[in-house]
Amino acid sequence: MSAFRCPECGFTYDEEQGNPREGFPPGTGWSAVPDDWPCPDCGVESKPDFEPAA
Amino acid sequence: MDKTGYGVQMTTTEAVHGGVPELTPARWTDSKRYAWLLGLLVPTLPFIAWGLVEVTGLGVFWFFGPLFVFGVMPFLDHLVGDDAKNPPDSVVQWLEQDRYYRWCTYLYLPLQYTSLVVACWLWAGGGLSAVESLGLALTVGCVCGIAINTAHELGHKRASVERWLSKVALAQSGYGHFFIEHNRGHHVRVATPEDPASSRMGESFWAFLPRTVTGSLKSSWELEAERLRRGGSSPWTIKNDILNAWAMTVVLFGALTATFGVAVLPWLLVQAVFGFSLLEVVNYLEHYGLLRDKREDGRYVRTEPRHSWNSNRVSSNVLLYHLQRHSDHHAHPLRRFQALRHFDEAPELPSGYATMIVLAVVPPLWRRVMDPRVLDHYDGDVTRANIHPRRRERVLRRYGGENNTAGLVA
Repeated sequence: MSAFRCPECGFTYDEEQGNPREGFPPGTGWSAVPDDWPCPDCGVESKPDFEPAA
Repeated sequence: MDKTGYGVQMTTTEAVHGGVPELTPARWTDSKRYAWLLGLLVPTLPFIAWGLVEVTGLGVFWFFGPLFVFGVMPFLDHLVGDDAKNPPDSVVQWLEQDRYYRWCTYLYLPLQYTSLVVACWLWAGGGLSAVESLGLALTVGCVCGIAINTAHELGHKRASVERWLSKVALAQSGYGHFFIEHNRGHHVRVATPEDPASSRMGESFWAFLPRTVTGSLKSSWELEAERLRRGGSSPWTIKNDILNAWAMTVVLFGALTATFGVAVLPWLLVQAVFGFSLLEVVNYLEHYGLLRDKREDGRYVRTEPRHSWNSNRVSSNVLLYHLQRHSDHHAHPLRRFQALRHFDEAPELPSGYATMIVLAVVPPLWRRVMDPRVLDHYDGDVTRANIHPRRRERVLRRYGGENNTAGLVA
């Protein structure tokens, strides 16, 4: 399972935890997140801008 | 481009200090630190109005709110002038963790609601004439509209208590959907034709107002419904942040009507409409004519300081928690108000918001002042601006030719 980080604000999407508030249950893979999904914290960056988190 | 955004700043600091954040404001003091308390004058406007009426015996002072915002503030903006100073990057993290600044915003709320309750008491039994009641409603409306600015600062934060307080501040205007639309809609689509809250060149405030009010409402509902649908839920649930925010308004207005009588209800509606209109006229100023370019893959370029109008007028800035440092806010929305910076590359409004609001409600004046500035920002090439489709031909005819743009820029 991987995690992806917003380069602007540091918000991290972790596949293991998903993001139930955003409608992604735990275990939802990054590929299942739509491309136009914006960072829920800053709204500046969208999914394609996210970077793999260390 | 500046790369000292919120997240990047933290990474750099952590790298330099081996994971221990730098928390000391070495040899730097915030010159605006105590000025932020002046923001708390705004929710006391109804009390000041009442006091002035009592002292002078003049009923006109029930209108003190609009007199202050549209009369005194533009004068102060002119008198006090600009401040383009920025906090050094090394103190930003210290500045943001200082809880003093948060209290400057939190305390707006008890004052806001105390003044609303007192206003209801005055409407119900204060012996005010209809005109005086209207004056008080507009004064309370100023508190209500500027509360949306407080809600704006709080609503951008990660802490759930601040997000909740944001909704509480919005209850007075019935604009609870702003909490969704602003963060998830406006910030994502800012300075594009798709954003209802980004005004277009050639679009008057009076044309913008119904477009932004209805467009933002529709967009917020679609965004929230989509979020809930992804989680397998219907939008008709109390988990819907628009519905639970509006419920606060229903409870608030219901309780005030039950306590003070149905006579206060029309005035509650007047202050709410005036309040959210004040927010929308500020929206009108913030991105007028500005347009983000499209990249080769069809997506818009990242929001940069050049996509929002900025103003460094000190007096409007201290009363609005640096909202006018709008270019940095949109480029780095999680930055707390006390840490927002001025950028030389950001387009600058000729004055503070209070002055610009007065221009915005008189479209010929607004066009005269702002259209040349939009043109200037795009080096005389009007086709790079966000132009109102209905006015496109007229705008191109007026500003499009090389021969007539030179004179207008000058």
